[in-house]
Amino acid sequence: MIAYIIRRLLVAIPTILVLIIASFFLMHFAPGGPFTSERPLPPQVLANIEARYGLDQPLWKQLYDYLFNIIFHFDFGPSFKFKDRDVNDIIAQGFPISLTYGALSFLAASVVGISLGIAAAIRHNTWIDYVAVGLGIAAQALPNFIMGPILILTFTLWLGLLPGGGWNGGQWQYLIMPVIALSTSYMGSIARITRSSMLEVLNSNFIRTARAKGLPTRSVIWRHALKPTLLPVVSYLGPVFVYVLTGSVFVDIYFSTGGLGQAYVGSALSRDYAVLLGVTILYGTLTVVVNLLTDLAYAWFDPKIRY
Amino acid sequence: MNKQTRLLIAGFLSSTFITGAAFAAGVHPTTGEALADDQTFTYRILDEHSSVDPQVVEDVSGAEIVRDLFEGLMNQDRDGNLVPGVATGFTTNDTKDVYTFTLRDTAKWSNGDPVIASDFVFAWKRAVDPELSSPYAWFVQLMSIENAGAIIAGETAVDELGVKAIDDHTLEVRLSAPLPYFAQMTTHATTFPAPQKVIEAHGDAWTKPENIVSNGAYVLTEHLPQERSVRERNTMYWDNENTIVDKVVALVINDENVALTRYLAGELDRTEVPAGQFPRLQKEHPAEAISFPRLCNYYYTFNLSEDGPEAFKDPRVRQALSLAVDRKIITEKILAGGQPEAYTFAPEATAGFTVPEVEMSAMTQAERDSLAKELLAEAGYGPDNPLTFNMIYNTSESHKKIAVALGQMWKQKLGVQTDLGNLEWKVFLETRGNQDFDLARGAWCGDYNEASTFLDLLQSDSGYNDGKFQNTRVDELLASAKIASDTTKIYTEVEQILAQESPIIPIYHYAGVYMMDSDVGNWPVDNVEQNWYSKNLYKIAE
Repeated sequence: MIAYIIRRLLVAIPTILVLIIASFFLMHFAPGGPFTSERPLPPQVLANIEARYGLDQPLWKQLYDYLFNIIFHFDFGPSFKFKDRDVNDIIAQGFPISLTYGALSFLAASVVGISLGIAAAIRHNTWIDYVAVGLGIAAQALPNFIMGPILILTFTLWLGLLPGGGWNGGQWQYLIMPVIALSTSYMGSIARITRSSMLEVLNSNFIRTARAKGLPTRSVIWRHALKPTLLPVVSYLGPVFVYVLTGSVFVDIYFSTGGLGQAYVGSALSRDYAVLLGVTILYGTLTVVVNLLTDLAYAWFDPKIRY
Repeated sequence: MNKQTRLLIAGFLSSTFITGAAFAAGVHPTTGEALADDQTFTYRILDEHSSVDPQVVEDVSGAEIVRDLFEGLMNQDRDGNLVPGVATGFTTNDTKDVYTFTLRDTAKWSNGDPVIASDFVFAWKRAVDPELSSPYAWFVQLMSIENAGAIIAGETAVDELGVKAIDDHTLEVRLSAPLPYFAQMTTHATTFPAPQKVIEAHGDAWTKPENIVSNGAYVLTEHLPQERSVRERNTMYWDNENTIVDKVVALVINDENVALTRYLAGELDRTEVPAGQFPRLQKEHPAEAISFPRLCNYYYTFNLSEDGPEAFKDPRVRQALSLAVDRKIITEKILAGGQPEAYTFAPEATAGFTVPEVEMSAMTQAERDSLAKELLAEAGYGPDNPLTFNMIYNTSESHKKIAVALGQMWKQKLGVQTDLGNLEWKVFLETRGNQDFDLARGAWCGDYNEASTFLDLLQSDSGYNDGKFQNTRVDELLASAKIASDTTKIYTEVEQILAQESPIIPIYHYAGVYMMDSDVGNWPVDNVEQNWYSKNLYKIAE
């Protein structure tokens, strides 16, 4: 197991390096730069600014300096757009917000989704099943950019119950709508996967054996059926975690949360190279780590898997 | 706004309310209106502002915040007229190239230090210093301050800038050329004073709420980037007694429809109206939907450089295309926000600018259309030899609608084929700046209220002249306007040349189209530059 983890981490390093290098060049090849503006800067002023941010250096040198600063100083550089902040600041300020929304949505999606799925499978072909399946499909059919406007219109404008956006120190009223918007479609998928997986497990031989030896249904479900049921669900949860984090880009913008999403999209549009690259690396690294954790979780759920 | 939503807002804004201000629960000293207990003004901004450093800020929403946090030599009143700021007044010599400002001795920084002439000297030198490389350094050059250009270019030492503190309360400015509207330009953020000690102590981080020291009516108390920025009453401000609004909250809301919903839910006192929605909102909320002229233009520019299409080198083609644009359809059907149609480059709202008689504005659209057909046929384009070109604009719903409408008008009336190109902002700037287009969208908001802020863009060597229009007569006229005491004739001739040569197609002039809560008092709708100061606003009790 330990050897496996080390091996995976070693593979992660070149993966992230490739991500950085590819993003770096893509970003620099996009037309326009951070200081392209409507009223072009006088050449002397532009030269001064470029020198200050090292943009006058050849690309390979810029990349080298960038990597050097990250590896040896953990410094992701200054923001080109916001003078009083550097990338570390921006991430430190925005990421906890995005992570809060992401983690809550992940939790909501998995807990509600799995419960719905299990309920539907146990009460197969009853009204509970139909309601759960109906809810799941409806939720899945509503992506966050449809849910957002529906929620705001309903709860902010018509009912006047919830604030239409903002963070305000993370008060619960401000969390509800973004979390619903972000989690519903995954909730639907999780419910569906759990239901079909559970149905399959309930029809398998070892469950029949358990029932035959007279175990009460509750123990059959909890002790024997749950773990194998969750195996395909877990493989889906890993990517979902990454999706809710990156998907929070929309929620951040739509609900003006102050999270990283706004900074990320804004940096792409304003060619704030350092911020764009910094956030890309953050999300890339998270993806790699979450994938590793998902693979490790398999081993726990399925004793047949050995690393 | 009902009481319940008001309570709700109070909840959102939470934290602390500054109470005990002289006007809370009182009446307005001049209008006699009852004032609300909660003097908090909350408004929407589209995007996170670039900075609140006066010499660095480059966007409109940043400048709005800076105007509250800092105070320059002169301010504007609700009509845009010049009124004293830190300076009580100024004198100028006969040749109008030396200005002397007298500073009030009651002006203070928020840490209690007096605001003195050398604070301005420091700030202005900072603005042109290559070390800071301010994106607005050009503005100081535009103010014609002695040596500004050479300092920006790194040819002269910063200390050579033509600005001097005669004593603590007297500031002398020497200009390289006489400039009649110089004092107007001191209402611009770039010219606001900067606290030297604080900047030296904190470097780039001096603008963070915990470090910043400012001399305006407000101080920055909270800033969560991309979410909100809060400024509160500066008790050290010299005119604090007459300031009514205690707290100003700017909320970043990218999506204008979300902003409108949040406005309607009572979370905001002001927001922009999305294109096309004004008539409906005006019907439903007549007291809140407002529209007033602004100092901005919207146009398309022909590529007249060597890389541009051959057809556009013929002025008849350019005129024909301009004539065939039915501006009424664009302003009334697409935008529908009370925007005036444009036949000149400078907006009518510009101070001291009389809209000259241009032939086109006096014609009916039918007359324009038939003249357009004639001109285009004369130039050799018609069904056998159709004119085709591409036109580019930057990503935005309303730019797209307008571009589609233009293409449609030209196709129906003149049989012209257009190829529309929707480009993301930076790509658009790069493409237009490299003259890699046939026809491109353009727009400009005045940096100061004088026609040259627009017309100078069409000077042959202007950095903004992306269409590369070259006309020696226009250049001469614009140069002479800089020193003329009466510019009416000069600007009239420039606009007439523009109408004749049609290097650009003026489409419309902007209007400020807002939803503004009816309890906001004294919003300066007549200030076409929309230089508003929170200290002049007040909230009326309901």
